Amino acid sequence: MIWDWDWTMEILPDLLTQGLLVTLQATLGGAVLAFVLGLFVALLRRSRRSYISRPVGAISEFIRSTPLLVQLFVLYYVMPDFGVRMTALTTGIIGLGVHYASYTSEVYRAGIDGVPKGQWEAAIALNLPRHWTWISVILPQAVRRSLPALGNYLVAIFKESPQLSIITVVDVIGLARELGSERFRYLEPMTIAGLFFLLIAIPASILIRRMERRFDT
Amino acid sequence: MIRFDKVGKRFGDVSVLRELDFHVGRGERVTLIGPSGSGKTTILRLLMTLERVTSGTIHVDGQCLSHMRRGDRQVPADERHLRQVRKKIGMVFQQFNLFPNMNVLRNITEAPVRALGVPREQAEDKAHELLKMVGLADKAHAHPSQLSGGQQQRVAIARALAMEPEVLLLDEVTSALDPELVSGVQNLLRDIAHQGNLTLLCVTHEMNFARDISHRVLMFDQGQIVEEGPPEQIFTEPAQQRTRDFLQAVLDA
Repeated sequence: MIWDWDWTMEILPDLLTQGLLVTLQATLGGAVLAFVLGLFVALLRRSRRSYISRPVGAISEFIRSTPLLVQLFVLYYVMPDFGVRMTALTTGIIGLGVHYASYTSEVYRAGIDGVPKGQWEAAIALNLPRHWTWISVILPQAVRRSLPALGNYLVAIFKESPQLSIITVVDVIGLARELGSERFRYLEPMTIAGLFFLLIAIPASILIRRMERRFDT
Repeated sequence: MIRFDKVGKRFGDVSVLRELDFHVGRGERVTLIGPSGSGKTTILRLLMTLERVTSGTIHVDGQCLSHMRRGDRQVPADERHLRQVRKKIGMVFQQFNLFPNMNVLRNITEAPVRALGVPREQAEDKAHELLKMVGLADKAHAHPSQLSGGQQQRVAIARALAMEPEVLLLDEVTSALDPELVSGVQNLLRDIAHQGNLTLLCVTHEMNFARDISHRVLMFDQGQIVEEGPPEQIFTEPAQQRTRDFLQAVLDA
């Protein structure tokens, strides 16, 4: 089998403008949802009211302990039976976001726990109201500490996004498979798709490592 | 101004304070000395409501710190009650505890703006005034990480004063500083002590500083007051053997 450059040039634009675009939409949408939702989950799990913290904790553990694939299936094929109907991409973004929120919430939890006790004590000594202690003292420091780990999850979400093809989202891998099935030839489309992941994931990882080193000090 | 009645504090099985009674008058400056683990810092932390008493009561300006009335019963204080009594008290910590995510100005203005509802502009004017007083007029927009330990502690002092407390608690405020920075902070506190009518409660291992600023010195050991008196008396002719031993050890160090 010899690499077919003509076909490569033919499919490259589609893979880039359709496939990769969908992958990036799913990744960024899922990540934003995971980062925001995860923070709320982390805060709710710390609630002193156990009728809030317990169920949130249980649901989060449940989501973390079941495969993303199953969750996507349920969201896309079962939820419509209950009248919840969404496009495949929206479903995928919600699936990714909710699934990874159960991970990012743990990242935030560690970040919050890492804020020195003295910060809380200073806030009490200054009589700072509790919600302002969170908003202006604790969370800015906790989120900053969480950024490198969140960056790693951004890359993880990116790499897991092809799972969305199971619910008919045509991402870069899904499109590569479609193109390949037209000619029963997968070498070029799959290689290109794989290279896309490599070309984005590696610089992202380097960036995150650099960020880690900066925040260490 | 401050009254401890039979205050006990235990951490698990360890009894840190036992049946402690003492009283600090309005505008009085009192220094607590004694070996580490004798409960001095715990007293400050109880006053700042960072800890809760195990037994006994503490009153500040006639208000009970740990309990409140509900009907005709005494119940443990809730958050609202604590916020009310805390208004009168400020504290400066050994480790400064500045907020690293804010610049110096925000560190000082955050609490007056958020807790007291002071308009930001007014809070900033006040902050600049305080910064001038602590000798850091040009550091308003610096971040804590850019300051030396001594400068950070000055900011922490300005931050505490911005809340206009009636009682200021100083918890070993120079212990974490490099030796050459200690006297600057001490001089500042000396000036503050002698200018205002702050009630001052100070835990320190710096005996000269204690002598300069306090009206009265309390010698602690094992959660109880061993001896008390004006600094001249405690430092020159202590009555108790325990005090003599302690002072000997500190001055030799």
